[in-house]
Amino acid sequence: MKHLLSAGDLSRDEAVRILDTAEELLGVAQRPIKKLPTLRGRTVVNLFFEDSTRTRISFEAAAKRLSADVINFSAKGSSASKGEGLKDTALTLQAMGADAVVVRHGASGAPHRLAHEAWTKGAVVNAGDGTHEHPTQALLDAFTMRRHLVGGGAGARAADGAGADTGADLAGKRITIVGDVLHSRVARSNALLLHTLGAHVTLVAPPTLLPVGVHTWPVSTSYDLDATLEGTDALMMLRVQGERMNAAYFPSAREYSRRYGLDRARMNRLPDHAVVMHPGPMNRGMEISADVADSDRSVIVEQVTNGVAVRMAVLYLLLGGAPADGSNEGTA
Amino acid sequence: MTAYLLRNARPLGGDPADLLLRDGVIVEIGAGLEVDQDVTVVDADGLVALPGLVDLHTHLREPGREDAETVLTGTQSAARGGFTCVHAMANTSPVADTAGVVEQVWRLGREGGFCDVQPVGAVTVGLKGERLAELGAMADSAAGVRVFSDDGICVSDAVLMRRALEYVKAFDGVVAQHAQEPRLTEGAQMNEGALSGELGLVGWPAVAEEAIIARDVLLAEHVGSRLHVCHLSTRGSVEIVRWAKSRGIDVTAEVTPHHLLLTDELVRSYDPIYKVNPPLRTADDVAAVREGLADGTIDIVATDHAPHPMEDKECEFAAAAFGMIGLETALSIVQQTMVDTGALTWEQVAEAMSARPARIGRVAEHGRPLAVGEPAHVVLYDPSATRVVTPGDTASLSRNTPYAGHELPGRVVATFLRGVPTVLSGELTEGVHP
Repeated sequence: MKHLLSAGDLSRDEAVRILDTAEELLGVAQRPIKKLPTLRGRTVVNLFFEDSTRTRISFEAAAKRLSADVINFSAKGSSASKGEGLKDTALTLQAMGADAVVVRHGASGAPHRLAHEAWTKGAVVNAGDGTHEHPTQALLDAFTMRRHLVGGGAGARAADGAGADTGADLAGKRITIVGDVLHSRVARSNALLLHTLGAHVTLVAPPTLLPVGVHTWPVSTSYDLDATLEGTDALMMLRVQGERMNAAYFPSAREYSRRYGLDRARMNRLPDHAVVMHPGPMNRGMEISADVADSDRSVIVEQVTNGVAVRMAVLYLLLGGAPADGSNEGTA
Repeated sequence: MTAYLLRNARPLGGDPADLLLRDGVIVEIGAGLEVDQDVTVVDADGLVALPGLVDLHTHLREPGREDAETVLTGTQSAARGGFTCVHAMANTSPVADTAGVVEQVWRLGREGGFCDVQPVGAVTVGLKGERLAELGAMADSAAGVRVFSDDGICVSDAVLMRRALEYVKAFDGVVAQHAQEPRLTEGAQMNEGALSGELGLVGWPAVAEEAIIARDVLLAEHVGSRLHVCHLSTRGSVEIVRWAKSRGIDVTAEVTPHHLLLTDELVRSYDPIYKVNPPLRTADDVAAVREGLADGTIDIVATDHAPHPMEDKECEFAAAAFGMIGLETALSIVQQTMVDTGALTWEQVAEAMSARPARIGRVAEHGRPLAVGEPAHVVLYDPSATRVVTPGDTASLSRNTPYAGHELPGRVVATFLRGVPTVLSGELTEGVHP
């Protein structure tokens, strides 16, 4: 693994190794000195063409806890210069000797361009590209699910930090992802990764917000949220922009909320062990009600914590080389 | 003027014969012709002789984007591809929507001396789709415009399209429609299908093309006009045109070489070299357009040669320009996809790439048979050659070929325009300067 561009590029074993590594690194956050020397002297550039404070901060914290030098490059380009911006910025970063480039871009495939066009020598990590993918989000979601649904963490929602069995995947777990799948990079990456990890994924959305060709994805689909609740181990609500109704994806925010929003009544129909997730930022009152977001079923804040550990693991495996067992195939 | 004898050429791929070109005319065809000293003999042993190719769909970019292509470089590229006449699309800057602009483009072609340029006039002022351009003035100009198109943009307003179809009947014109329903393709980047969903790129659905073609053939039937469909790319479009022709509707259609060969799978790389409008479609669509071309539903092959400077392709997919260059690879792609597969004979290739496009464009002087007394527009082509495409090996100012690294069959050895070579031994000459 030289780059992390798509969750679909990860094999089951590679994905599990990232989750296991994250499990080890999660402990760092609980120490008084939250720092490891692993990436000392390495340079990680956060290249953000699109505003995303939470993702950038998460990557920044991850890199700093591994002692890397972090450069934040906010390159939110004007529309006129966006074409040249990508190449010139990449060449600049290469000239400065970036070891890894974490890129967030509004255009699908922009990280692929950075990685494959001999523009960038370092590792490229996709931190969200257009409506394509967001693989570290999927990894942190899988990590969070594993901690709650597998092994020591299973059925023990209250016991945050119970941990999960090293080496375990999500075989047989039923994950329901609800909302604007069409425009969601989180949904794409999760569908690919969770399938790789053995989970059964169901995408729930109004027909207008499912992509053409979704029948070829390794998932089930449904237009009916209520029909999917009872068999769900983890329910992930996606952000839905109210402006979508202006393009006739749905008639109104209220109707969307009634048919696809998660309120307490729906939450109460989930199995007792099921968790509620959201990649953030939330539209409270739209896809998720405030009391659900703040309830003890919600692991939304924990997702943020886990995000730092998972991103540490990704940077560690891409740049640090050797995983715990000493083999070096991760950098091949 | 020097005369040329093409020794042992195979006209339309048939039995070898000598062709004598003198004073712009094919003056003699036969075996073992004797020649005077003033005649230059070209060894055409084993080469297929075709009438000079005619492209109904070329972007020459001049005036306005001379960084991408000029009339001179574009016509030089055309000559290297075996073309003797190209139709220059109207989406220049300023738009070719007045007699002044079309006459300028026409004259630049003549002065260049590599390939006749037949300007296409815009249907609407500034390609804005609001009101008709002065179609009659362009028709009456020195350029003698007969093909009108807002190519790049669809004439989506049904009333405007109807009026344009009706109006051009007065001077035997034709409207060449870029069939793309605009609302269904807002922000579209690639063919809409499973792959667009996977890649997170906005889809360009087949129905956006097919719905406009269906509407337009019915409009053409209603007002008794002729319609030309540009770069048709889907199975459904082929079926609609087939149905329309079976009803006797006066419709013609074109397919590009790239839609005969390439599929949307190439977009998986996110390399904008594969970004084109209409987009690359599925393998099933490729099979359908090949069938359509073979059975005559699709009348012609047209290149949609669309030069773009490097910076418009070296960027993220959504920011890149649509289009591919194609003049110098067109005949090779047609050989690979249609001739080598047994779907077309060389005689049928001459129909699809010379005779019919000239007839649709009402260009009397081109697309004529290889016969005594006819204009001496001839291309000599070696179908047994192979070559690996390198982007820099082109007369075009642009490099945006999707075939870099492909091994293609065939090579244009010589192109004659009015009996004078524009290409000889595979190299550009000084052109034709009477």
